[in-house]
Amino acid sequence: MILTRRALIVGAATALAGCDRLAKNETVRETLFSAENFHMWAQRTLMRHDALAHEFRPDQISPVFRANGTANPNTPAYKALWRDGFADWRLRVHGLVTRPLAISLAQIRSLPHREQITRHDCVEGWSAIGKWRGVPLKTVLDGAGLSSRARYIVLRCADDMGGGNAYYESIDLVDAFHPQTILAFALNDQPLSVANGAPLRLRVERQLGYKQAKYLMEIEAVDRLDGIGRGKGGFWEDHAGYDWYAGI
Amino acid sequence: MVARASGIAQAMDRTKPVGQVVRRHRLSTRLWHWLNALCLYVLFTSGLGIFNAHPRLYWGHYGANFDHPWLTLERFGAWITLPAHYNLALSRHWHLTAAPVFAFTLLFYMLWSLWNRHIARDLAFRRGELAPAHVWQDIKDHARLRFPTGDAALRYNVLQKGAYVGVIFLVLPMVILTGLTLSPGMNAAWPWLVDLFGGRQSARSIHFLCAFALVAFFLVHILMVLLAGPMNEVRSMITGRYRTPSP
Repeated sequence: MILTRRALIVGAATALAGCDRLAKNETVRETLFSAENFHMWAQRTLMRHDALAHEFRPDQISPVFRANGTANPNTPAYKALWRDGFADWRLRVHGLVTRPLAISLAQIRSLPHREQITRHDCVEGWSAIGKWRGVPLKTVLDGAGLSSRARYIVLRCADDMGGGNAYYESIDLVDAFHPQTILAFALNDQPLSVANGAPLRLRVERQLGYKQAKYLMEIEAVDRLDGIGRGKGGFWEDHAGYDWYAGI
Repeated sequence: MVARASGIAQAMDRTKPVGQVVRRHRLSTRLWHWLNALCLYVLFTSGLGIFNAHPRLYWGHYGANFDHPWLTLERFGAWITLPAHYNLALSRHWHLTAAPVFAFTLLFYMLWSLWNRHIARDLAFRRGELAPAHVWQDIKDHARLRFPTGDAALRYNVLQKGAYVGVIFLVLPMVILTGLTLSPGMNAAWPWLVDLFGGRQSARSIHFLCAFALVAFFLVHILMVLLAGPMNEVRSMITGRYRTPSP
């Protein structure tokens, strides 16, 4: 009895077509999309909430830190900010806070910094190690006075992803107040390049690359995500079906 | 007549004439076998879909387009990926749904097999079995397609034990641990994982190699089932009943 390659291919393709049909079924789809909840629960159960991502030695830094996603927002508004060296750029902090803020880059640079050499893991599978310098998100949130109703921090970006949809991401308060969660303005001792998110990007080190929002414009504290974008908590979550919890 | 012995060795203990139907595989083994087969099928095909997002492999902690890969492949074709077109998010949903089912059924099967002595009775190597002469004899028998008959067919030979023990206690746990190492959250929860494999990109490479070691096992496994009598073998893994082969 000999299985030809053709028979194997036809067999595999038939089974896979079956799986694809299954994935269109609403219940199956919901099950597939809810695995994230199990993984998030398991990881949060296994880790201390302040457990740190590994920090590397300077000699372990990637020779080239690959930039991914938007390479340049290229909108007239962003270009105007960039031309002035982001002198007119302000980070708006608003939503469920007692003192809304508008912080300049100079002010951010003058706040206490944290430096960390960490590994950036893309959802696609590659990794790059870089040295980040930035202000803990906690410092900014404490400055704005977070309301007790706030559950998530939404990060809004300058890059238009098409159709008027700006890139955005969101994290919960466990990650927002994590000591390694910083608003980074320097990579490998250089001011953040445009490709890597100038003037400011998020680093949330226990999650995948698409959470590391670049070109930050606004930080908004909210109690729910369903009214924002298409309600899934981030641009790729809304448009490609990525998991909101990207620690997996 | 059906012998009511539930283990292979138990079936062995009762001397029976050749060609009798015996109960060969326990329910736990049969359930795990098919659930595991289903999980591995989903994990392998969705895993290839995920791999297609960056079909390059590296050693060490980091690795991206500007770094040196030890392996670069073309994207796997739609005939073998789940879903059957490029959709990284959906491949990940399939993979991350099947992964915990696969890992926990393996864990339960291991504990159950320890408790019901399946491991001690049927999988553990016996005295003298690992002697080079004995192993060599077994290799020669396999090469000549001389399979054991009668009661001897009820006991796993040394190559079979080696393959099953290697897969259950080495490759499957390794594929689970390397898979966990790919998760940045698990890296923070269990930092020893990254140390164990020498970096996330090394873990990704080992994860991939384990997957193909399992494919190699699968192909040999299917070949052996075909050579040993597919109907009888498949029936024994579904109903548990097995007819001992005549010489």
